[in-house]
Amino acid sequence: MFGLNKKDGSLLLLVVALVVFAPFLLNPFPESSGWAQFNAGYPDLMQRFVIFGIFAIGFNILFGLTGYLSFGHAAFLGVGSYAAMWMFKLFGMNVLPALALSVVTSGIFAILIGYVSLRRSGIYFSILTLAFAMMSYSLAYSVLATDMDGPDKQGLLQKGLTGGETGLQLTQSDPRIFGAQTTADGNIPVPSLFGLEMRSATELNVGDWVFTFSAGYYFSAVIMLLAFYLSIRIFRSPFGMVLRSIKSNQQRLNYTGMNPRPYMLAAFVISGMYAGLAGGLMAAMDPLAGPERMFWTASGEVVLMTILGGVGTLIGPVLGAGAIKYMENIISKINSDILHSWFAFLPDGLEDIVVTMIYPFIGKGWHLTLGIIFMLVVIFLPGGLVQGGQKLAAMVRRKKTDDTKTATTEPAE
Amino acid sequence: MGILEVKDVNKRFGGLQALGDVNLSVAENTVHAIIGPNGAGKSTLLNCLVGKLIPDTGSVMFDGQSVLGRTPFEINQMGISRVFQTPEIFGDLTVMENMLIPCFARRDGSFALHGIRSVTSEAELRDQAEQMLEDVNMLDKRNMHSASMSRGDKRRLEMAMCLVQNPKLLLLDEPTAGMARADTNNTIDLLKEIKETRDITIAIIEHDMHVVFSLAERITVLAQGTPLVEDSPENIKGHPKVKEAYLGEAA
Amino acid sequence: MDAIILQILNGLDKGSAYALIALGLTLIFGTLGVVNFAHGALFMIGAFCAVTLSRLISVSHKVEIPGEVDFLGNQATRDVPYIYSIFGETAGATIIDWAVPLSILLAIPVMILIGVIMERGLIKHFYKRPHADQILVTFGLAIVLQEIIKYFYGANPIPTPAPEAFIGSFDFGALIGFDPGTIIYPYWRLVYFAFAAVIIGAVFAFLQFTTFGMVVRAGMADRETVGLLGINIDKRFTIMFGLAAAVAGLAGVMYAPITSPNYHMGMDFLVLSFVVVVVGGMGSLPGAVLAGFLLGILESFASMREVLDILPGLNQIIIYLVAIVILLTRPRGLMGRKGVMED
Repeated sequence: MFGLNKKDGSLLLLVVALVVFAPFLLNPFPESSGWAQFNAGYPDLMQRFVIFGIFAIGFNILFGLTGYLSFGHAAFLGVGSYAAMWMFKLFGMNVLPALALSVVTSGIFAILIGYVSLRRSGIYFSILTLAFAMMSYSLAYSVLATDMDGPDKQGLLQKGLTGGETGLQLTQSDPRIFGAQTTADGNIPVPSLFGLEMRSATELNVGDWVFTFSAGYYFSAVIMLLAFYLSIRIFRSPFGMVLRSIKSNQQRLNYTGMNPRPYMLAAFVISGMYAGLAGGLMAAMDPLAGPERMFWTASGEVVLMTILGGVGTLIGPVLGAGAIKYMENIISKINSDILHSWFAFLPDGLEDIVVTMIYPFIGKGWHLTLGIIFMLVVIFLPGGLVQGGQKLAAMVRRKKTDDTKTATTEPAE
Repeated sequence: MGILEVKDVNKRFGGLQALGDVNLSVAENTVHAIIGPNGAGKSTLLNCLVGKLIPDTGSVMFDGQSVLGRTPFEINQMGISRVFQTPEIFGDLTVMENMLIPCFARRDGSFALHGIRSVTSEAELRDQAEQMLEDVNMLDKRNMHSASMSRGDKRRLEMAMCLVQNPKLLLLDEPTAGMARADTNNTIDLLKEIKETRDITIAIIEHDMHVVFSLAERITVLAQGTPLVEDSPENIKGHPKVKEAYLGEAA
Repeated sequence: MDAIILQILNGLDKGSAYALIALGLTLIFGTLGVVNFAHGALFMIGAFCAVTLSRLISVSHKVEIPGEVDFLGNQATRDVPYIYSIFGETAGATIIDWAVPLSILLAIPVMILIGVIMERGLIKHFYKRPHADQILVTFGLAIVLQEIIKYFYGANPIPTPAPEAFIGSFDFGALIGFDPGTIIYPYWRLVYFAFAAVIIGAVFAFLQFTTFGMVVRAGMADRETVGLLGINIDKRFTIMFGLAAAVAGLAGVMYAPITSPNYHMGMDFLVLSFVVVVVGGMGSLPGAVLAGFLLGILESFASMREVLDILPGLNQIIIYLVAIVILLTRPRGLMGRKGVMED
């Protein structure tokens, strides 16, 4: 199917199904129950799932296949966002051209940064990419945010190319030469796909459940599926195989007559373009772009997603992105009242102790939990969730065969 | 004119003269052995041939073209394949995938964007790779994870990866080092068979005299970075200078 | 001329901090071969040692002020630190005033302990794993450490002043014969620089003149050989890790009056310190120190108004630019040994 073998084909179908039915799957709790706040099926969060999924899929093409750990991929995310914003400001609110510009701009950036960074490998490569990302962040934060059209004018570049700390925002005076400057009622228009507004949504009420179907989510989801499909094809192509051989033994590859550097650069640029696409989609869902998107913790986050899901596996990064964003959503919503209600069955003193012990890890303590999960995964499960699942499956299978063995041997006794 | 012509090559590492005025001519379609005591400069010479080191002076011509200043992959593309002392293979890949990489390198050159066509659709290259694996008796291992194989199998795989490229010159760096006698004999047989069935020149660095005298048609003895003698195996046996070089090492 | 000297002086305190952190980073890399992303967190914990001590010794109890009432008509009270009742009011006040330098005494054992626990409990298991894994696990650890600090101390910076004697500035220019008022320099920065110089000197002397140091230097040159000699190098490396942690911690303690400690200050310094290590040469101690000061001073020159008018924003990126140029032209760094991770 689509040039995929059976296994990859069913994997793709599984992801398609998950993505299409996400509004149902992520909303398991009825509205009136106390659990409803843990529903994740609202557009804003679902969009984040798929957008970070794209980011992680792209990162995995670089890190998973070649083993080169980039600590600066957030730079491309930011560049993609800024590019999309400028497309919205200058030409109009259609998301397709904006995304195209995001991908192209981040691709050009990736060529420049990759060309320099890839002259080194190992930890030096990581530090070089980190240095570039921090440089981009600093520039976006300060210099590129200075008044560029003169102090007496109130033009487009009044807050520079990036808008600095407050971020790049749409205004009513933006030209938008191929679209309307303002809507009929005088507001700033919103991003749309040929008139279909990204924020528009329909709600479906079934009993006590409310399911939301948002245009923005499904648009991002389609793009994510395309990106996922492309990554499967890259993994299965000769190009993907060469990338894996770079990770395995670069010296042998050199003496086998292949030049690793252009392959690496191609992988770097592809993965940068994925990041740019994700950044562009972020801006398309919520037309605002700030420099913090390029900060190195954002680069660390995508590393984390990929590792947590499973480096070098197809589905891993998608799972990782989903898991991190889901946990972030759930765990940061838990507060001490909820904890108390959960442990109300315990004797009073014990209840307080348990709650006090758990409290640092919830709510605002989400990052602490994240750091611990990250360490545990790197230490005990370097293959991430996918490896964990495989181990579990193997264990179950072994147990089953053991059972059948005893079952067959018993009568013989 | 041989296929490989080394002229007046010198290489210094600090105060150490690793190679001094090395001249070597390897004739086409022969097996040429380079022997010598430890520290004679055999590996340095080899590294100068494949682009890992650049000699301070002198020239290295292969097939009428200079290899100096070219990178290892360019030199490989000219038709030189190298087998390492410890097998260098793609340990994370399966045996079949290991074989396909050199096939791609041979067909597409040092870099090509292959699009997103699947590896499985490369029927022609897969056939080539399978044929080669059969020649080295490894077809049954084609789906094995190559890192988990025995050292002897890794060595054979590496040899197969070099041969599937149809190189004009095959460089072997102690191909039987650390092998049991039976494996060594298998390797000798394999190399003999390769020699008989293909148009190929083989240059071999070897310590094991059994291997050298079973295969070589021409032998160069290197001592202290300089070629001592070059002659046929018959004449090398019992040559006084060679004895001196080796005895000198033993003493 | 005076402007140049001023910029050099201005670069010294940041340069000192870079040098001290980079020294520990490269010590760990050189001896243990580990890339430690949690090293910045150690710097941050050091700074919070100062915060902790100054809070601890200021713990107070209420004392009634005879004959006074507050606006509600109750008996008025004032807070009196317990320490007054031990040392008397004058000595107690002085101790509180000198909390930051005193924290050094607290920080040394605490930091060594943290370092040893880190090495034995976590880093030890990563010697044989790829550098990427080391980066990742120490990155995770850095997040955990900074979140723990955030949990206990909150997200806001905590002002931790220097002793009163060192608050304020002095006219450095007048001392060396320039017009008065041209080179004004804060006392504490000078203290910090002197402190850093002492620590750096101590570390070098320790490595140079003790048997322990000799083994460690031999281990940096060739780990396996020293292992073969039958010297228990692993134990010594553990102590080394403790030492590096202490150096980072002390750098943090004394930096507290310069930048009010906050939980993410470690990360901010870490990225720059890594760049410093790379510029100096991975595994080279003199390189780390040299590069630390050099980059600190360079950064300070790049922040001059005259420079910024021509190249706006240069001060933000100068260190990264230098690192990129160095890595591309001389990958082993200013003073790195040939062949150390030069690929």
